[in-house]
Amino acid sequence: MSKFSENSYFQYFVNFFPVILLFVSVLNEFDFNYLELKYFSFNFPFILIFYWSLKRAESLGYGYIFVAGLINDVVVGLPMGISSFTYLLICGFSSYLRTITLRPNVFKDWLFFLFTILVINSLTYSILVLFFSLNLNFINLLLNLFFTFLFYIMFASLFDIYLKIFFGVRND
Amino acid sequence: MESSRDDFVIAIRSAFLKKQNKQRFSLIGLIFFAIIFLVLGRLNFAGINYTKIFIKEIVYRSSFIVSIPENYIKKTYMTVKSHFDLYEEYIVIKKDLKKLKSEKKIDKFIISENERLKRIVNDYVVDTNQILAKVLIDKQSPFLKSVVINKGSRENLKLGMAILDGNYLVGKIVEVNYLTSRVLLLSDLNSKIPVIIEPGSIQSILSGTGKNHGVIQYQKEKKKIQEENTVYTSGSGGIFKAGIPVGVIKKNLMNTSIDSEAIILEKRVTFFSDFSQLGFINVLEFQEESN
Repeated sequence: MSKFSENSYFQYFVNFFPVILLFVSVLNEFDFNYLELKYFSFNFPFILIFYWSLKRAESLGYGYIFVAGLINDVVVGLPMGISSFTYLLICGFSSYLRTITLRPNVFKDWLFFLFTILVINSLTYSILVLFFSLNLNFINLLLNLFFTFLFYIMFASLFDIYLKIFFGVRND
Repeated sequence: MESSRDDFVIAIRSAFLKKQNKQRFSLIGLIFFAIIFLVLGRLNFAGINYTKIFIKEIVYRSSFIVSIPENYIKKTYMTVKSHFDLYEEYIVIKKDLKKLKSEKKIDKFIISENERLKRIVNDYVVDTNQILAKVLIDKQSPFLKSVVINKGSRENLKLGMAILDGNYLVGKIVEVNYLTSRVLLLSDLNSKIPVIIEPGSIQSILSGTGKNHGVIQYQKEKKKIQEENTVYTSGSGGIFKAGIPVGVIKKNLMNTSIDSEAIILEKRVTFFSDFSQLGFINVLEFQEESN
């Protein structure tokens, strides 16, 4: 009985791991500012949400994503609702990709991720500048986008290993 | 052609409108909800503002707790790094200390003389009060440079109050909650403060750049600003008290950028304070003292 309950707790943790990771990342921001790397930044929640919505949507509920977006806005100091909006759009894009894909391929996913973040960041930039009259550094935004794109493949490989170990899923 | 368009519409419908398996909420519903949140927030709708304050109070505290492991790693990294730079820093500090000791003697005299002269010309003398606050969240995104502190309206903090790191200005309060406040750092792209450049008493506006330095804009007089000139708050507009040190104009950081019209000399200001290392800061409250 004890073993069974232990297993069910573990199963619960394994299932909710992406949600936990998402909340930790928005509350904590993996920014690596202290390394003092000039121009270096990337958006980990974008990678996490895109990957898990694509590969295992049931592990990352839309409700959680919406709340995570609100938390991110509060932590970063953006107008409330903007991150929720962008995160949910990423879910929409990945869901669209999942619907149209017959043979999943990591490089196609990667390219579609680039297209997604380009559209999403353009939208965010336009809303913040036109609607909220905020000044944003366009170069920083582009570099953030570039590093987010680069890191996708690395995190996707790590998440693939995770899926393979705990859910026995092969993604390529 | 018609068929591929139909496929696209079906895929979009399936992605956005169809409620997915094991999802409690519809994607399009939540997207609309986020948009409503954004629009009402922009219109300063009271209900949204109360929700914002409630979420902020919880999130700031939670974020502080969640950040503890990362802050520990950050602190360890800084400690190791500072150990490597120890000897070089020691030499520089020794030299600076010697210089400062000699300057301090002169400063004391100048301060008392300044106060005496102000009373003679009937200028106001400011009475300041500092409130010590801890930095709860120091997540400087690439776009917005701000920190969250653990003091709010309960401690009578108000919008626009100056924030100091030691004696140096680092920013001003832009959002006050009951227990917490957000400080917009001087390096933020949206930060603009009135400053005076000494020597020469050149009135100007210091703007943030989104990077680790500021730039001098809207220079009142066409006097030439020299490198190593010091930038202080001017006190114009009554936002900050005058004379708070902000930064220094650096020669090696000056660069030229070619504009379509002319060559513009950018006047960069290196801040005295390192905004990435803020642990405790002082909130400066000041009022005019009657003569």
